[in-house]
Amino acid sequence: MNITLRVWRQADVHEAGAMVTYDVADVSPDMSFLEALDVLNERLTLTGEDPIAFDHDCREGICGACGVVINGVAHGPQASTTTCQLYLRSFSEGDVVDVEPWRAKPFPVIKDLVVDRGALDRIIAAGGFVSAPTGAAPEANAVLVPKEQADHGFDAAACIGCGACVAACPNGSAMLFAGAKVTHLGMLPQGQPERASRALAMIAQHDDEGFGACTQIGECTAVCPKDIQLDVISRFDRDVLSARIRGAG
Amino acid sequence: MTGGCGGRYSVGEPIADAKAPAGPIEARWDARRFGVRLVSPANRRKLSVIIIGTGLAGASAAATLGEAGYHVRSFCYQDSPRRAHSIAAQGGINAAKDYRNDNDSVHRLFYDTVKGGDFRSRESNVYRLAQVSGAIIDQCVAQGVPFAREYGGLLDNRSFGGVQVSRTFYARGQTGQQLLLGAYQALERQVAAGTVQVYSRHEMLDLVVVDGRARGVVVRDLRTGEIETHVADAVVLASGGYGNVFFLSTNAMGCNVTATWRAHRRGALFANPCFTQIHPTCIPVSGPHQSKLTLMSESLRNDGRIWVPARAGDDRDPRAIPEAERDYYLERGYPSFGNLVPRDVASRAAKKVCGEGRGVGPTGLGVYLDFAAAIQRLGRPTIADRYGNLFEMYEQITGEDPYQVPMRIYPAAHYTMGGLWVDYDLQATIPGLFVIGEANFSDHGANRLGASALMQGLADGYFVLPATISDYLAAGPFSPVEATHPAVQETEAAVRTRIDTLLSVNGTRTVDSFHKELGSIVWDHCGMERTAEGLEKAIAMVRELKAEYWRSVKVSGEDGELNQTLERAGRVADFFELAELMCIDALHREESCGCHFRVESQTGDGEAMRDDSRFDYVAAWAFTAEGGPPVLHREGLTFEHVTPTQRSYT
Repeated sequence: MNITLRVWRQADVHEAGAMVTYDVADVSPDMSFLEALDVLNERLTLTGEDPIAFDHDCREGICGACGVVINGVAHGPQASTTTCQLYLRSFSEGDVVDVEPWRAKPFPVIKDLVVDRGALDRIIAAGGFVSAPTGAAPEANAVLVPKEQADHGFDAAACIGCGACVAACPNGSAMLFAGAKVTHLGMLPQGQPERASRALAMIAQHDDEGFGACTQIGECTAVCPKDIQLDVISRFDRDVLSARIRGAG
Repeated sequence: MTGGCGGRYSVGEPIADAKAPAGPIEARWDARRFGVRLVSPANRRKLSVIIIGTGLAGASAAATLGEAGYHVRSFCYQDSPRRAHSIAAQGGINAAKDYRNDNDSVHRLFYDTVKGGDFRSRESNVYRLAQVSGAIIDQCVAQGVPFAREYGGLLDNRSFGGVQVSRTFYARGQTGQQLLLGAYQALERQVAAGTVQVYSRHEMLDLVVVDGRARGVVVRDLRTGEIETHVADAVVLASGGYGNVFFLSTNAMGCNVTATWRAHRRGALFANPCFTQIHPTCIPVSGPHQSKLTLMSESLRNDGRIWVPARAGDDRDPRAIPEAERDYYLERGYPSFGNLVPRDVASRAAKKVCGEGRGVGPTGLGVYLDFAAAIQRLGRPTIADRYGNLFEMYEQITGEDPYQVPMRIYPAAHYTMGGLWVDYDLQATIPGLFVIGEANFSDHGANRLGASALMQGLADGYFVLPATISDYLAAGPFSPVEATHPAVQETEAAVRTRIDTLLSVNGTRTVDSFHKELGSIVWDHCGMERTAEGLEKAIAMVRELKAEYWRSVKVSGEDGELNQTLERAGRVADFFELAELMCIDALHREESCGCHFRVESQTGDGEAMRDDSRFDYVAAWAFTAEGGPPVLHREGLTFEHVTPTQRSYT
C-alpha cells in the first residue's frame, strides 16, 4: 500500500518546526506504524536527508517510550493501543496521515517527535512511592490485601507513563498520570502511612512543572493505552482535599 | 599457551572464583557477609558509585546503595529509568517461599536452577540466589507491588517452566513492569533525597581504568552529543543482555552490548557468550520490514497443540487440512512431554520441520499452535479467561483471530545467559568493576528457567551487590582522578575517534541493513543449532561484513545533536565484535549443553549431549586485539550438591 505522512520536523527546542510531507510508497498493511517510519528513515538516510527522530524501545506496548499524535489523536485511531502496537492495516490506501509530537508546555521538544518527559519522573520523585528501605520489609504474607483492592490498585498501576494523557488534555494536565500512582498506592495497606503527604507532594510538583488543572473533560482516559479511568483523578482530588482539611501539609 | 580450533584462540591460565567461602553450601553466603569489610555510615557519603542501566538490577542497586548513604550516579539511554527492558517481562518471579506447602525449599529452587542450566553454573552462586529469593518478595510487597492475590488476601502462586512446584509470584502478565516500577519508585525516592543522580538519555561508551581499577565511564549525552567523563570509586554495569546481536529478538530496540563489550575490551573477561536462549513461542516474522519480535507467553503450550502439515508445500488453509494430514510433531516425537517439552527442544523441533519445507505462513518460518481442540473441550469462555489478553495481542499484531484460525509461532532470541565473568562478589576481573543482572554470566548456566531472570536481577541489586561492594569500597576513597589524567584523556579520545570515524565513512548502506545481515548470519549459524562447519563459515562472514561496515556504512546527521542513527551505528559496531566471539565460543565448546546444541554432539534420540569430561567449565574469554585471537581462561565447575545427569524428555 501507499500512504502519505505529514511529519513534524523540528531541529531542537530553539528552532521553529514545520510539517513536512513524505510519500511513503510500497508499505505493507502488516507493518507497524513505527516500522513504516523505519522504512521512511532508511529511505531518507540513503538520499542524504536527516531521518525523523522518534522515541520507541520495547515495541510491545509496555515501556511507554513511544507516542506521537496521529491525525490529532494521541497514539492514533485505535483505542487502548500504544503507537508501537498500531498497524498500517488501520489505515487505507492513499491516506494522508499527520504525525506530531506530544504538545504540552512541560514537554519541550528535543527534536522532531521526541519530547522531554522528565517532569513525569519528578512527580514520582516528589512522592510516588512507599518508603521501604531495602531489608526492612516484613514477611510478604504478614499484611493481607483483599483481592478486590489489590486488583483495583493494579488497574491504576498499569500506567506506562507515556504522557498521552497530557498530550490529549486541552489543559495539558497530568492528573491522570499522577492520579494513577496515588490510586495504586492508596488502594494498598502499604501505601496508607504516607497517603496524605504523598498526595500533597505530588500535586505541588504537578503544578510546579506547569501542568494544567483537570476540568473533567476526559480526553485523557479516551487516549490512554492502558485504560486508566477518570476515577483515579477523583481519588487524587479527595486525598489532596482531605490532607489539606486535616492539615497534613 | 596452546592454540585451539586452528589458531582461533589461545588458552591461558585457569581462573577461579576466590570469593566464595568453602564449607557447607547453606552457610557460604552468611560466611561471606561476615567476612566482608564494612563501611561505616559516616564514611559512605565520601564514596561514589556509578551504575549503568536502570532495569531491575540497576534500579534496585541504585536505590539500595543510595539509601545506604553512598553517592550514586545512575545512567540510562532511555528518556526515563522506568523504561528499561525489564519492564517487558511477563510471566513472573520465582521464590522459595513454599506458600503452597508443596515441598518447595531453598534447596529445591537451587537444584532446579542448576539442573535447568544443564550443569554449567556455579553451585555457590545459585544457592545464594535461592536463599535471598524470599526476601525479594517481601521487599517488593512492602513497596506496594500489586502481586496477584487469593480472595483471603494472601499472595497467589502459579507453576511455571516445567518445575513441579508452584513458586512463581506474578502480577497479571505484567510482572516485570510492576517489579520495575517498584524499583524505579525507590530510585526516584533517593533522587528526591539527593543520594542518587539520574542521567537519562546518556549512553556509556567506554570504561575508564586507572592504575588497574575501574574508576569511571565515558558517556555521550544523547540529546546534545556531548562527551562526558564521570569518575567514581566503583563502577557497576547493569546494562542487560545482548540478544539484539540477532537483530530480531524479543529485546527492546535499544538493548545493546556496548557497555559490557567496552569493559571487555578494557580487560574484563566475557564468559560463555554462546549461551543464548531462544524462546519457542514468538509471533513469526511477517516480512523484511520486521523490527522486533513479540513473545507470546509460554503458558499457551498448556492448551495449544503444535502441528505442521504432514506434506511439504501444503499451503491449504489450516482448517481445511484433515487430521490425518497433520503432523503433531512434538506429541509424536516426545510422547511423555508432548507440547510441553523445554524451550530449547521445542525451538529446535520447529526449526527442523520448517527446514523440511513444512513451515507455514507467508515466510514458511512458522508452525501452528492450535486451540481448536481446547476450545471444543473446555469451551471458548474458559480459553478466553486463560489467554484472552494474549489472543487479543496476537490479533492486533497479525490481523488474525486465533479463536478461528490456528496461531502461527516461531522461535526467537530472548535472553542471554552469557555475560561478563564475575566472582562470588559479582566483581569482574577489573577491580572495582561489578556486573549485575543479565549483564553478568553468573547464575543460569547454559539455560535459564522461566521466571528466574527477574529473581536474579533483584537478588543482585537489592541484596548481593550492596553486601559485597562494601568489601571493595572499604579500601576507598581512592585517589581523585582529574579530567587531565592520561587515562581519561586516552579514553575520551578513543570515543571521539570512533564517533568521528562512523560519521566520516559516508558510505552507501544503512546501519540497519548491516545489522539485519549480521543478525541473520548469527541466527543461521550460532542460533538454535551449531556445527563446526557453520561456525567457521559464520566467523568468515562476520569478519567480511564488519570490514564492509567500516568501509560503506552511512550515518547521516551530526554528532552535536540527537542522532539516533549514530547511536545505533556504535551499537552495531560492537555487535560485530561480539558475534565473532560468540561463534568462537560455540566452536570451541564441542559438546551440547542447554541452549547450546552442537549437531555433532547429540544422543540417539536427538537430545543435547554434554561432555562433562572435557567441558565442565565456564569459558571466560580475554580480549587481545581487534580481530586477534582471544584467550580462553577456564573456570572449572564442581558439583557437590547436585549430581549431573543427562536430560531426556521422550
